[in-house]
Amino acid sequence: MASSISTVPHRAGLGHRLWQSRIDYLFLVPGMVIFGLFILYPLFASQWFSLLNWSGFDANQAFVGFANYAELLQDKYFWDAFARSFIFTLSTVPAQMAVSLVFAIILNNKLLRMSALFRTLIFLPVVTPVAIIGIVMTIMLSPFNGPVNIGLLDAGLINRAIDFLGDPNLVLWTLAGIFVWKWVGVTMVYWLAALQTVPAELYEAAKLDGVKGWQVTFFIVLPMITPFAIVIALISAIGALNVFPLIQSMTQGGPYFASEVMEVYIFRNAFATLNGAVPRLGYASAAGVFFGLAIMVLTILQIFAVRYLRSREKPNGA
Amino acid sequence: MALEAASSAASEYVIRQPLITPRVRRWIVSALLAAVCCIWIYPLVWMVSASFKTNAAIFASEGLIPSQPVFDNYLRAWNEANIGAYFFNTLFVTVGSVLLVTIATAMMGYVLGRRKFLGRGFIFGLLVFTMFVPQGYTIIPVFELLSMLGLGQSLWGVMLATTGGSFVIFVLLFAGYFSQMPDELEEAAKMDGVGFVRTFWYVMLPLSKPIIVTVIVMQTLYAWNDFLLPLVVTLANPAIRTLSVGVYAFKGENFVDWGGMTAASTITIVPVVVLFLFLQRYFIDGLAGAVKG
Repeated sequence: MASSISTVPHRAGLGHRLWQSRIDYLFLVPGMVIFGLFILYPLFASQWFSLLNWSGFDANQAFVGFANYAELLQDKYFWDAFARSFIFTLSTVPAQMAVSLVFAIILNNKLLRMSALFRTLIFLPVVTPVAIIGIVMTIMLSPFNGPVNIGLLDAGLINRAIDFLGDPNLVLWTLAGIFVWKWVGVTMVYWLAALQTVPAELYEAAKLDGVKGWQVTFFIVLPMITPFAIVIALISAIGALNVFPLIQSMTQGGPYFASEVMEVYIFRNAFATLNGAVPRLGYASAAGVFFGLAIMVLTILQIFAVRYLRSREKPNGA
Repeated sequence: MALEAASSAASEYVIRQPLITPRVRRWIVSALLAAVCCIWIYPLVWMVSASFKTNAAIFASEGLIPSQPVFDNYLRAWNEANIGAYFFNTLFVTVGSVLLVTIATAMMGYVLGRRKFLGRGFIFGLLVFTMFVPQGYTIIPVFELLSMLGLGQSLWGVMLATTGGSFVIFVLLFAGYFSQMPDELEEAAKMDGVGFVRTFWYVMLPLSKPIIVTVIVMQTLYAWNDFLLPLVVTLANPAIRTLSVGVYAFKGENFVDWGGMTAASTITIVPVVVLFLFLQRYFIDGLAGAVKG
C-alpha cells in the first residue's frame, strides 16, 4: 500500500489527486449514501430539531432556541431515565463479561464432551428476536401462574409470588438479568476468539514446569487476553445502550416509570405520548442529543484511556 | 484447523491433574454444563411446548410434553393475527437490507482498507465517531427523512433505514480484513492486465468469504430483531408490520391467549435459528475475526 502513495508525486495538484482516485470515490458512493442518509444526516438533523417546538406537523414548527434543553434540565423524568441508562449499562456489561468468560474458559477445552452443543445452546437466546424474548419472559415471570413463580413456590424458596416486572424496586434488575441472559452468547464467542490467540506452547511449557490448571488460567491465560477485554467491553457497551426493544416489549418503561431508560423516554415523548398529549419531537430530540453527546464524550475519554494504557504497555510504540 | 488441533492438545494439559483423572473431571464438568444449559434454554423450550397446548392446559401448568398436542394455536396465529403476512414483510426487509448492506460495505471497506486517497482518514474518523450513536438518537430524523421521501409508511422505508443499523461495524470489519491481505494479489492481477473492478470482484471479494458470511448473518439477525424503527413506521399502517412488531401487537390485543402468542413467537424464531445452525461455524469464526482485528 505504501508504494501506491509514493507513485503520486508529492506536490501533485488537488484536482489531479482527486482524479487519480476517482475509482476509489466511485466505490465509496453506495456506502456513503447509506451512511449519509441514515447515520450522518440524523446526527445533525437531531440537533436542529432539538431547537424546535414541533409536534410532527410541518406547519407547527417554531424555533425556540435552547428552551427545550432548559426544560429538559428541570425534568425529573429525564434525569431519572438518563441515570437508569447508565446504571443499566454499568451493571450489565461487567456481569455479561464475567459470565461469558467463565463459559468461554470451560468451553475452550475441545476434549469436553458436546462442547459444540453447549455453545450452540448458550447462543440460542442471541438469535431469538428481542420482542419474542420480551413476550416469553413476561409469561415466564408472571406472578399469576408464571412458571418461574410456580417453580420457586413449589421448591419452598419463597412463600408469596414475586412480581418481577410489577415491583418498581425490582423491575430494572429483572430486565438487566434478562438482558445479560440474552447477550452472553455473543460475548462468549468473543472470549473464545481471544482464547484462541494463546499459543499452545505456553500451555506445554507451563505443564512441564508443573504449573496447575487453575494457575495457568489465572496467571498466564487471563493476563494474555486482557487487551481483548477492552474491545469486548466497548462492543458490549454499545449493545447495552440499545436496550429499547427489550424494555418496550416487556414493561414500556413501567411500572410508574421505574424502568424508563433514555430511549423509552424519547419514544414516549415523540411517538407514544401518554393520555393523548401532543407529541413533542423537538423536546424528544433535545433529550436524544443530550444523551448522545454524553455517550460520545465518554467514548472519546475511553479511547484516550485505552491509548494511554496501550502506550504504557509497549514503550517502543506500535 | 491446525490451530484448533493445537489448542485442543493444549487444553488437555490444562486439565491433566493428579487427583481426579481428566476423564472423570470432564464428565463432571459436562454434566454440570448440561444442567446449566437446560435452565438456560428452558424459557424457549417452554415456549415451544406451550404453543402445542390449549390455553387451559398451559394455565394448568402440566409438564413440558403436551398430553394432547394441538395445532390450533398455529392456525390462529397465522390467520387471525396475520403472522403469515408479517412473516413475508420481515423477509422482504431482511433480504433487501442484507443485499444492500453487504454490497455497499464490501465496496467501501475495500477502498478504505487497501487504497490511499484524499479523505480516507476523514471518513475513518467519521465512522468511528458515529459508532456509538444509539438508535434513540437517530430515530426521529430517520422517520422524518422517510416521510419526506414518501416512505414514512412503507416497507421500502423500513428496509432502507434498516441498512443503517450496524453499517459502521461492517465497514470496519471489511476494511480490517482487506488491509491484511498480501499486496502480491493485486500486483499479480495488475500484471495480468486485470482492472480495478474485476480485481475486486473476482479476486478480493471471493477471498473475503468469512466476513461476507458474518455480515450476512449479523445483518439478518439485526433486521429480524429490529423493533424501534418498524414500530414507528408501522404505527399508522398495521398491514406492513414486521414479525417483532406483529407479535408485540398481538400481545397487546390478546393478553390471555398464551397459546397464540407462543405459537406466533415460535414461527418467528424458527427461520433465524435454522439459519444460524447452518451458518454458525462461519459466523462464529467471523465474529472471532472481528475481535482479533
